[in-house]
Order: sequence, then structure tokens, then C-alpha cells
Amino acid sequence: MLRHRGKNPASKRTPRGDRRRFRPRRGTLAGIAFVAPLAVYLVFFYAYPLVENVSMSLHRFTRATFVSGDAPFVGGAVYREVITSAHFWPTVRQTAIFVLVSLLFQYSIGLGLAVFFHRNFPLSIVLRGLFLVPWLLPIIVSATTWQWMMDADSGILNRFLGVFGLDPIWWLNANHSLWAVTIANIWLGIPFNLVILYSGLQNIPSDLYEAAAIDGAGAWRRFWSISFPLLRPVSAITLLLGFVYTLKVVDIIWIMTTGTGTSQTLATWAYGMAFGKGTSAVIKYSQASVVGTILLLAALVMGLVYVAVQHQTEN
Amino acid sequence: MYRAKRNWWKTAIGLVLTGIMLFPLYWMINVSFTQRRAIRGGGLYPHAFTFDHYAVVLHDQLPYLGTSLVVGFGTVLLTLLISAPAAYGLSSLFVPGRRLFNFLLIVAQMIPAVVMALGFYTIYTDLGLLDTVPGLILADSTIAVPFGVMLFAAFMSGIPRVLLQAAEVDGASAWARFRWVVLPISRNSAVTVGLFAFLWAWSDFLFASTLNRGGGRLRPITMGLYDYIGSQNQEWGPLMATAVLASIPTAILLVVAQRYVAAGLTAGAVKE
Repeated sequence: MLRHRGKNPASKRTPRGDRRRFRPRRGTLAGIAFVAPLAVYLVFFYAYPLVENVSMSLHRFTRATFVSGDAPFVGGAVYREVITSAHFWPTVRQTAIFVLVSLLFQYSIGLGLAVFFHRNFPLSIVLRGLFLVPWLLPIIVSATTWQWMMDADSGILNRFLGVFGLDPIWWLNANHSLWAVTIANIWLGIPFNLVILYSGLQNIPSDLYEAAAIDGAGAWRRFWSISFPLLRPVSAITLLLGFVYTLKVVDIIWIMTTGTGTSQTLATWAYGMAFGKGTSAVIKYSQASVVGTILLLAALVMGLVYVAVQHQTEN
Repeated sequence: MYRAKRNWWKTAIGLVLTGIMLFPLYWMINVSFTQRRAIRGGGLYPHAFTFDHYAVVLHDQLPYLGTSLVVGFGTVLLTLLISAPAAYGLSSLFVPGRRLFNFLLIVAQMIPAVVMALGFYTIYTDLGLLDTVPGLILADSTIAVPFGVMLFAAFMSGIPRVLLQAAEVDGASAWARFRWVVLPISRNSAVTVGLFAFLWAWSDFLFASTLNRGGGRLRPITMGLYDYIGSQNQEWGPLMATAVLASIPTAILLVVAQRYVAAGLTAGAVKE
């Protein structure tokens, strides 16, 4: 509460200052003129598709009514159908596993690498740069490559397991596909975690470490008493954004398994139903937009949490 | 002496870690150069070396690569046109509801692409934009515009006030200040935004696979590659060769424009 009150006058000062500098009416008009294209853009290409999506979830659209355009309004009926359908809870569970396991490994591996690269060593900048490559590649490229590496008969992964005398795993079949796509997704997410956590580490004053080293704290102790606690705001942001991005992932899963078996998540389920692909041979616009709206609400909630966390760290 | 030695030891570990991380990419390149009969053997390097897959791919995929270039540059243009002026307005002029805009831009980046695609699909059906290149450019730009506005605004709010005030005293209008003062100094931000807009448009699978399914050869390379996957006799050689070709823009950007990429990655903590 106190914090909030302290923040307000400061934030008001900026616009008032601007107003004094630029003559009030002209400055405001110009500002509106510059932002207008963005406002129009946001309305047409964000708000309109979203409204369209929510409206579809409240009407019963089929292939026929989609074309003719007179789908009957059914309120929450499609929501009830989707939530009580046999696919819903298993899909939610798979989505939760996909997101949480991905985040856990992406974050811990990313943090470990960030600490490793924190102190410069010969070639460290080049190697850190190379770590970013998977992030910048088209996902279809990575997904195709993982698909081949996970091939049951000739994939390199099973060959590698064979070296240790382990039986080959049918990575991409219905029972294991969730783990296959999770592994690929962890690999994809490591660079993001590395970059953000590394820049977080750079912002911790180095004299803290020096003081701790003089006091005789080892590297392990310094990590847990200095780096980890001071990284908490950055970690929160990283995990939050990671959560949002992982929740909405479609392409890596779709390209590897078309969302079959255990690899079906809420996002791929919506995609399959909307466009009549994969496990859903029939197009189900309304059901797809119900699942889409659920994802949208999750994104909105996370957006609010993100802004709140950011607000807190700024104070 | 001791310190230097210990650091080289770290370099060795770093090399091994990087090697593990980039192994899938090595494997992709390896397979793309391996003769068809030897691929399933899984040699660690392409001892049965061939360029054949690339010959096949260049024949099949060239139109898709061309479409991807057009879509990429179109997206860059549209993104810059919308985001640069808006960022100037939000960062340097008085705009009512500025905080709301900032919030919307953050949320916009969190909206699942599936939801957007479904919305676009119904709208495009009505407007006749389905399976067209302009339609795809419009959709692809939604990935980059919020990021662009935020990156530009972060840079522009750091431009010294005196510079703009001096121009205003000289009688420059808001537009003139933007065009002749702000834009020239924001060149680096423009390059970063443009790079990422291009990369995301080039990499897009979701919009292409939904809004441009029936576009024939006027579809981007991600669809060309997806067609290969979809065809029943999976030919891994040409597949991997296409994947290598589809990675070329990323490689060029990393080599030529690494500085800008790094700037975008840290500034764009808000983007995947």
C-alpha cells in the first residue's frame, strides 16, 4: 500500500512535464496521430480475431453454418461439452506435465550454464553465442531433426542407448510421445533461460562476490547465498514468460507427432479441432475456440501477474 | 599462471557443452550430405558424401524459398511502418492511456497463436484473404509489432530531451522531429526489429499452415518442408537438406549481424 502511494506522484510527473514542454493541445494531438496506426492495428488484428474467437465459442459452428454464417447462439453449452468430454482432463494433465517438466529443466540447465558463462574464459563469448542458435532456427527445422534423431530403428538416440546396452525406445509412439516432445522443447528453451539469467547475473555487483570470497565462502556457498537470492526477480520473470510460451506451443509438438497419443496438449488439441487435422478429422470450430478461449484466459492472467511482478521489482 | 590454466580447462568444458547442445544441427547437416543408401546406417560423418539431396531440393523448393523471402521482407516493412512512429508517440509525446498501451503490448505477446489463427481464419474467409501472400504478411506481422514497439520505445525514451527541444525551437513539427532527428539515431533499433521480424516471419509455421494452406507454390518454405514430412515415403536426405536451406537466414544473421541479434535478445526478454 505504502509503496503504491509512493509510486503514483512520480509516474504522473512525466506526462505533466511533457505537457509543459510541448504546447498542450498540439503535443497531445501529435501523440495521438503517431499512435493511431498502432491503435487501429491492435483493434483490427488483435481485438477483432479475439472477439471472433470468443464469439465462435458461444455459437454452434459446424462446417455448414461456418459457410452460411447463421450459427445458433448456444451460450455455455459448448463449454460444458468440452469440459465434460473424455479428452479434456487427460489433455490438461498432459499439458501440465509438458509445461512443468519443460520449465524445470530449461530453468535449471539455463541457470547452470549462466553461472558457467558468468566468469569470462577464453572463447566464452563465442560459445555463448553459439548456444543461441537453436532459439533462432525455424522450429520446423529443429522439430524435423529431432524427429529423425528419435526414429525408433535408425535414430541416433536409440543407437546411443544401445551403446549402454539399453533397449531402443519408441520415442514417437502414443505412449512415449509426451516425453519425446518435452525433451525437444527443453532443448529449445535453454537459450532463452540462459540469456535472461546471464544478463541477471551481470547485474549483481561483483564486490558482493569479492567480499564473500574474502570471508572464505566457496563457489557453492556464493551461489546459494548471493546469486540465487538476488536473481529471484529475474527468475520469476523468466519462469513466468517460460510458462506462457510453453503453454501455447503448437509447432514443435505438431511437427514431431501431430499431437497424437500422450503428446496432445490444450494448444495442439485446439489446433487439430480448428483445422480438422491430426486426431480430429472433423472440423470443430466451436470446440476449438472454447479451448482457445481457456488458453487466452490463462494468458491474460499471466499478463497481469507479469505486470504486477515487474511493478514490484521496479520499486 | 594458475588462473590462466584453470580458465583453459573451463574452455574445454564449454566446448563439450556447446558440442552437445549443437549436436542436432550437426546431425542435420551430416544427414543432408549422406547418400540415400547410407543414411539409415547412421555414420558419424558423411563418408558416403553426396550433393544429390541439394540438387533435388533446389529443384523442388526454390519457389517456396522465394515466397518466404517476399513474406519476410513484407513483414519487416509493415512492422517498421507501424512500430517506429507508435514508439515515438508513446515514448516522447503525450499520449493518453500510455500505460494501457504498454500493458496491451505485453499481453499481445502472450496470446496463443492458435487463438489468433482461428480468428484470422474466419475473418480471412469473409475478406477473401485466405491463401494469399498479403494475408500471411498481415498475420505474421502480429508476431513482431508488439516487440517492435517496445524495443523502439525503450531506445527512444533514452534520446536526450535537449536534442528534441532544440529541433522544436527551430520550428520543427512533431513529424519533422521524428523524421529528421529520432529516426536517424534509431537506426540500430530499426535493424534489430527488422531482423527479428524477418526471422519470425521466415520461421512461422502456424499461420502458414492455417491461413495459407491452399496457396500452392505461393507458400513459404516451412510449408515446403512440411509437405516433405507429410509425404508417406519419408526421404530423410532431401528433408534434412531443406532444413539446412531453411536455416540459412539464421546463419547469415548470426554471422553478419550478431551485434543486433544480441541487442534484440536481451531487450526482448519478452519474446520467445
